[in-house]
Amino acid sequence: MAAIYAFAAGLVFGFGLLVSGLADPARVLGFLDLAGLWNPTLAFVMGGAVVVTSIGFALLRRRRASLSGEPMRWPQASQLDWRLAGGSLAFGVGWGVAGFCPGPAVVAAAAGIGEAGIFVVAMLAGMAIHAIIERARRGGA
Amino acid sequence: MNVDWSAFTPLAGTAGGLLIGAGAVLLMLGAGRIAGISGIVGGLFTPTRGEGWRVAFLLGLCAAPWVYRLFATLPSITVDASTPRLIVAGLLVGIGTRYGSGCTSGHGVCGLSRGSRRSFVATAIFMAAGFVTVYVLRHAVGG
Repeated sequence: MAAIYAFAAGLVFGFGLLVSGLADPARVLGFLDLAGLWNPTLAFVMGGAVVVTSIGFALLRRRRASLSGEPMRWPQASQLDWRLAGGSLAFGVGWGVAGFCPGPAVVAAAAGIGEAGIFVVAMLAGMAIHAIIERARRGGA
Repeated sequence: MNVDWSAFTPLAGTAGGLLIGAGAVLLMLGAGRIAGISGIVGGLFTPTRGEGWRVAFLLGLCAAPWVYRLFATLPSITVDASTPRLIVAGLLVGIGTRYGSGCTSGHGVCGLSRGSRRSFVATAIFMAAGFVTVYVLRHAVGG
């Protein structure tokens, strides 16, 4: 059952990325380019998304379980550390280089955009490198 | 500051943002999970039982442009980055989002909406890094 809700959620999320323009790297870079011809649209995308999600999450906080019966898995981590800072820094640089973040890149690749496909393969490689490093660290500890 | 009024689409942006939020709320309501794309994809590298929702969410995400095409023309997607730049960007985004535990969706949308301190810090850092990177590539070294 969780998979059915997840598929529907992915579909709605993907529509949102397309309608908002977030799936288009040219528009993302237009937002990040404060010193050039600035496109403020992305601020409205983030604003709309955060308003809906804030209200929705506040209402869902009281629930013990999701509709599929799976528990509500709210993130528990709260400590600020160098992994969070360094990882976010690397991500932001990569975002600025090509204008793709993970969700829009997956949608654009699925739409048949070859460059997005190249980006997604490199992103998967990056995630695999992380998984391999972390496995080796755990194995060695 | 010069605003690119011809590309400024606040209504479509807001409508799309509302849909993104609706998708995030639906995933938590239906499956009890946070809609963080990098976490959903990255979790596939350490597979465990009962993780079919990850694949299902990604299938929905990939189906979106195809369903969209049934009703309307797909919005333009323009990529200017060269192949080497796409590869460097992809590697940085892949490694960075895993060490940083999230991306635009997990930290920027879901985390800020939960009032997470970690997500405020992460979002501030990756936004700042994005602004600086575009400035350097477009205006300092001339792209």
